[in-house]
Amino acid sequence: MEFLVASAIGVLTAAGLYLVLRFRSFPVILGIAMLSYAVNVFLFATGRLAVNLPPVLRDGAAAYTDPLPQALVLTAIVISFGMTAVVVLLALGAFLSARTDEVDIGDDQEAGS
Amino acid sequence: MNHWIIAPVVLPALMAAVIVLAMRHHQGLQRVFSLGSCAALVAIAIGLLLESASGRIGVYELGNWPAPFGIVLVLDRLSALMVLITAVLAFIVALYAIGSNWDARGHHFHALFQFQLMGIFGAFLTGDAFNLFVFFEVLLIASYGLMIHGGGRRRFRAGLQYVLYNLLGSTLFLFALGTLYAVTGTLNMADMAVRVAELPADDTALLRVGAMLLLLVFAIKAALLPLHFWLPETYAEAPAPVAALFAIMTKVGAYAVLRMYTLVFGPDVAVTEELVGPWFLVAALVTLAVGMIGVLGASKLGRLAAFSAIGSMGTLLIAISVFTPETTQAALYYMIHSTIAGAMMFLVVDMVRDRRGAVGDALTPAPTMAQHGLLAALFFAAAIASAGMPPLSGFIGKLLILDAVRASEDVWLIWAVILATTLVAVLGFAQAGSKIFWKTTEPVEAPSGDGPEQTASLPRLPLVATGALLAAAVLLSVLAGPVNDFLGATADQLYATEIYISGVLDAR
Repeated sequence: MEFLVASAIGVLTAAGLYLVLRFRSFPVILGIAMLSYAVNVFLFATGRLAVNLPPVLRDGAAAYTDPLPQALVLTAIVISFGMTAVVVLLALGAFLSARTDEVDIGDDQEAGS
Repeated sequence: MNHWIIAPVVLPALMAAVIVLAMRHHQGLQRVFSLGSCAALVAIAIGLLLESASGRIGVYELGNWPAPFGIVLVLDRLSALMVLITAVLAFIVALYAIGSNWDARGHHFHALFQFQLMGIFGAFLTGDAFNLFVFFEVLLIASYGLMIHGGGRRRFRAGLQYVLYNLLGSTLFLFALGTLYAVTGTLNMADMAVRVAELPADDTALLRVGAMLLLLVFAIKAALLPLHFWLPETYAEAPAPVAALFAIMTKVGAYAVLRMYTLVFGPDVAVTEELVGPWFLVAALVTLAVGMIGVLGASKLGRLAAFSAIGSMGTLLIAISVFTPETTQAALYYMIHSTIAGAMMFLVVDMVRDRRGAVGDALTPAPTMAQHGLLAALFFAAAIASAGMPPLSGFIGKLLILDAVRASEDVWLIWAVILATTLVAVLGFAQAGSKIFWKTTEPVEAPSGDGPEQTASLPRLPLVATGALLAAAVLLSVLAGPVNDFLGATADQLYATEIYISGVLDAR
């Protein structure tokens, strides 16, 4: 279980970092999305991994899983979802106005339409 | 519970919603309500500052849950001071945006402006680390909209870079918070300070990782080298009022460093001792050097202003990185000054750009512009403020920093870098100013009698707003004594962490 979660976070982060370093904005946005998935799983694991346990204390429960990280993940998901929507629109706007989707700004002459 | 503490967050949030829902097609009403909100915020901020001057920690428990179980807003001297700076700056910037008609060049300027203010105030007031993240996101998402306000090819692409860079920063922030939560089991800053101090010294690897990740996030916000790459293009391409408001955004990063690394990972905490200070100082010195060399090498006035913003952040972070009450006091004074001077520089540059027409802000000879002498004088004032020459507050700020670091062991290095970069900055500003204002070409033949009318038709409000910033800088120099008394008390309160901790945790 620990190995599975840890390697999932690692693979997602690595893929995200690789994509973020790409030249065009679409892969970069995908990379950002990958990284935000990685961080969501990571946050989920910060309350320690617990299987089949209730999330809050109740009478008779011997152990419980920490509910706070789950609330944090929920917040993080909502925020990263909104941010991804914004950045997609922004990249589209930049592409439509400049006719190229390179992330680099470059010189005026070279990027001239 | 003092309900005024949450007013700086709630008022702009409500105002933004009202503006976007009820008056989206009515520019005049938007302006009135936006300005009115900013004026009210200034009044509230003054009230909060007076309240905090008593030295008591004001705590506002959201949802009436006591800390550390609920989120709290905390009002101490530092947060009250930052709220006041932001409110005053926002009022002046709103005036400028209205006067220069920037707010009419796209949609929803005032709504985004108010949302941005909400995020900044929230970041200054919150006492919870995850809530700090949320408010960072609020201020960032509003700044994304403001950054591309008015559109344009270069601005869109600079905006895209800015957004991508900050999204990476946000991801890093979450990783840092997750790590810290895994170690300490809390997100409330005061509670975290208690837990960190109790940790056994040999079991702190994860905590150190978390602390460093968090510092990286704040360094991105504060444009610390080598994480400053987003700043020059963003600030140079952003609409001028937005760039002027962004002068406070880098200070949010500096504020967060001050807050977290005095309260939670303070200089007295055994586990994170020697973790931050030494290399942070080096990075800040390099930031200052690169910023001022950028001022000397800039080919456009907009980039010059952006690099001078980097340089002033360098100076500020040098003072912060020493982490003693004296240097923090000097840093706070310089923080007020550099916010004013940076904003003023961006506004002056925009007026120059506006009046030079097609030439824009490139450092090339152009015909004499309207109100040439007045703008030259304003640029001169902004330049001596930014470079730190007497008689404006930049000089006092740098003097205070130089004096305060005397106890540090790197004093000669700091003195050498600050003094040398000041010289470089003076050269850079003098060169740019003489190119723009003195090396003018013959005016293009205008129809006779057109000149004076053209000057008269130019709006006055932008000049008033810039003049207000100049007046603030003068006031800051004249009242340096009383201001420093307050800042001294602020710094002392910042390092007496037990007052903050007991104030938050024993609020009932």
